[in-house]
Amino acid sequence: MSVKGFKNHPYIPNSVPEVEQEMLHELGLNSLEELHAEVPDEIILKREMDLPEAFGSEYELRRHVEGVLKKNKTCADNLNFLGAGCWQHYVPALCDEINGKGEFVTAYGGESYNDFGRFQSLFEYESLMAELVDMEVVNVPTMDWAQAAATAIRMGCRVADRAQALVSGSIDRQKLAVIKNYCTPDLDIVEVAFDPATGCMDLADLKAKLSDKTGVVYFENPTYLGVMEVQGKEIADLTHAAGAQCVVGVDPISLGVVAAPRSYGADIVCGDLQPLGIHMNYGGGQSGFMATMDDPKYVLEFPSRLFGICCTNTPGEYAFADVAYDRTSFGHLREKAKEYVGTQTALWGITAGVYLATMGPKGMQEVGETIMQNAQYAAKQIAGLKNVSIKFSTPFFKEFVVDFSKTGKSVAEINKALLEKNIFGGKDLSKDFPVLGQCAMYCVTEVHTKEDIDRLVSALGEIL
Amino acid sequence: MKKIDRSSKVRTGFHQAKWDEPVIFELTKPGERGILVTKANPEVQKAVEGTSVLPSFLQRETAPALPEISQPRVLRHYARLAQETLGADVNIEIGQGTCTVKYSPKVNDQLASLPQMREMHPLQDESTCQGIMQIMYDTNRYMCEISGMDRFSFQPSGGSQGILTMASLVYSYFKSKGQEKERNEIITTIYSHPSDAAAPHVKGFKIIYIHPDENGYPDYEAFKAAVNEHTAAFIVANPEDTGVYNKNVLKFTKLVHENGGLCGYDQANANGLLGVTRAREAGFDMCFFNLHKTFSTPHGCGGPACGATGCTKELEKFLPGPLVDFDGEKYFYNYEITNNPSAIGKVREFNGVAPVILKAYAWIRSLGPDGLYQVAKTAVLNNNYLFKKLMELHCVDAPYIPGKQRIEQCRYTLETLFKETGVSTADVQRRMMDFGMHYWQSHHPYYVPEPMTLEPTETPSKEDIDEYIETLKYVFDEAYNNPEKVKGAPYQSVCHQLDESNMDDPKQWAVTWRSYLKKFN
Repeated sequence: MSVKGFKNHPYIPNSVPEVEQEMLHELGLNSLEELHAEVPDEIILKREMDLPEAFGSEYELRRHVEGVLKKNKTCADNLNFLGAGCWQHYVPALCDEINGKGEFVTAYGGESYNDFGRFQSLFEYESLMAELVDMEVVNVPTMDWAQAAATAIRMGCRVADRAQALVSGSIDRQKLAVIKNYCTPDLDIVEVAFDPATGCMDLADLKAKLSDKTGVVYFENPTYLGVMEVQGKEIADLTHAAGAQCVVGVDPISLGVVAAPRSYGADIVCGDLQPLGIHMNYGGGQSGFMATMDDPKYVLEFPSRLFGICCTNTPGEYAFADVAYDRTSFGHLREKAKEYVGTQTALWGITAGVYLATMGPKGMQEVGETIMQNAQYAAKQIAGLKNVSIKFSTPFFKEFVVDFSKTGKSVAEINKALLEKNIFGGKDLSKDFPVLGQCAMYCVTEVHTKEDIDRLVSALGEIL
Repeated sequence: MKKIDRSSKVRTGFHQAKWDEPVIFELTKPGERGILVTKANPEVQKAVEGTSVLPSFLQRETAPALPEISQPRVLRHYARLAQETLGADVNIEIGQGTCTVKYSPKVNDQLASLPQMREMHPLQDESTCQGIMQIMYDTNRYMCEISGMDRFSFQPSGGSQGILTMASLVYSYFKSKGQEKERNEIITTIYSHPSDAAAPHVKGFKIIYIHPDENGYPDYEAFKAAVNEHTAAFIVANPEDTGVYNKNVLKFTKLVHENGGLCGYDQANANGLLGVTRAREAGFDMCFFNLHKTFSTPHGCGGPACGATGCTKELEKFLPGPLVDFDGEKYFYNYEITNNPSAIGKVREFNGVAPVILKAYAWIRSLGPDGLYQVAKTAVLNNNYLFKKLMELHCVDAPYIPGKQRIEQCRYTLETLFKETGVSTADVQRRMMDFGMHYWQSHHPYYVPEPMTLEPTETPSKEDIDEYIETLKYVFDEAYNNPEKVKGAPYQSVCHQLDESNMDDPKQWAVTWRSYLKKFN
């Protein structure tokens, strides 16, 4: 019988046959097949798995994967205006450098004694983020904005002891799907209409839907459709008057120039860290944050790890540990704790911390200014095209909705033509928001130069 | 000079890097900058109003109080913190039982750092994403072959979200039958991961726990009594954290099916089973794999990760969508399969943590079917070798199936050591750090007293395992001869014993530097 297995594999030191035999003999066994004696024969796989044979070398593997990936066309080689939940920003070299440190890349669930640096860098991430969002408590990050919003909604409903959340109707459809799955069957998720002229929340609809059943009102600033929710304070006031909690989703890279949501009444703030020094990674760079004030009413509702600072038995030494661990499902209460916790996106949290430490207060302010100027310029130039207009009149941050309905061309057609010119046009909104007609959402950030924008505008001009 | 004595089997000279590095806010020097930021073109600046378009209440009045630090100091700070982190790259990682901390090949990290991965937007036209879609499509096929399932979703971005996705599949399945209210119980075991209970609870299920019998298998009599017309699903790991494989698993899954329920397999402990036995043959309708564990992608201090979740054809239509398909010429997102009112919808924005999927793909391709089988066999060999050596020690024991094999890990008990010396597993754990080693005790609550959970994986060499055993023995000897030394550990770590007394006190806990300053200034 042929010997199954892969001897002398570089990742498996004890696949060296002599060592393998020595260890088997130590156990009184003769072959690898005699292992798994506790697995009943009827469920043992009797054949080799039908998988491609291993590459003969690391080089061949690299050549193969690089070859496959070459089929991808990147936002580095093309001009990209897609945003809609994942955004192209400049990633400082330090972010990649620290993010790639092997010690961080390969650490996991140790304690302060062995993973001190992991604890400190995540405590610092929480602290830096708290300054940015002007809150006092920030979690070790969760999966993405959608998960952060879903959890923030559950937290808020627990605080309010109610089971309904009103959610801004301009929310990203995929985020809404995540929230609905995560909150069903415990909570009722109800959409509040948005005003098609301004893109902001329809306050009359909000008033009509707010009741003593409402636990949370969730809106975003900027909204998914790019505009600033200029009625933030009115919404928060109405929410509080109804005895509900105000949860606000925010783009963290806006907060160098835009007021933090607490200033207009947010109780819980959430959002995505991806703009803060994390590559788009085809959507794999998303990372969700949540923030509240340091009030046990809120702190004890977090399902996430919260790393806090503590002292040791040695004067002058600090260390870090879990705050209120038994809140989490890792503690003694398991399912009776708050929701659940597990592996999420810690390394992106560390990376976002590096970004904020590198940018500093001045950098965050400047990047906000540059983004707003570039985005406004792009919108203005695009609005100068014949039969094209900017859909909403409200000020926006980095994304804006362009209305192509009067051009006689669909967004799909326009984007196809742009693609031929190596431009990724804005996200087609016609399926998610049919009420808007043929609209596309463009994202312009600090990575776009005037020449980039002018190239887009002239390409659109040619296509239309 | 005399010949240098290198005979010691234990690294008594170890000291972890200890930089006494300030908290980053303490490094601030007004005026210092970490990076210069691109300004808008002067013509652009002139043409627009910029931030002044914001209504005044939306304008930030004071800049965020972030520290001002030069670039080399930021780098040095984090480089030092990295050195103070004992990742698997630098330590013999045998001690993180249940976590499958194995070697993560550097070539895979490098491939995932290519612009063709990093600089991809998830909403790009499908024609521009054929490379990554091919990777996702093929990885799905490999996962199906490894598990016997028919289709995987990569949206779940961690093992616990994989469990949530399985619970959501269960919910969807019964919703499609109009039975989601009656089928409201999920059965799991006390040795399964806490998320096997906690995540289904989020989906509204009542959790029923089964305790182990004398063999460490879930107690079948108790199980039989628990399965009824309210049973929505049985969600379990096999082996559980004890490393004991439940031989009767088919009896369990069969009983659930006879009663109309579903079976979900928590495959967090799959590393010892690759190519040996599969979820389908054991009677499961769905399962998930931790790509960051079994498939090496790596752990990243706790993510980014992927809890790839697969299911049978019957449940496929409820998976989070869309799914990647291939029409013979091009890869495309298939929205049709999951387009029904009972489907989950989504559990994550976009389509999963692509770099993690890519790394799992590369790992599988570097091993092939023979290599995956070798991984499982060597992981089990390493574990049983470690198990045999440790069980020869007077102060170590492990409950259940004496003399029989474990799969890829084992939960040991140091109860004898504790009774005889007063040295607890927590003391031993801290003392191990003085030799550059770590181990993990157990999930809570502790059902095995004074627990120690070890999982060597396929990565360590025999010498590594022997060194780990010698070090444990050294500490056990110390416990008998000088218990206070062990209780006072660590001495060679970044920090000494923690005083966590403030961690549950709202007046004293501090999750952020600003809270700390507020409470302690």
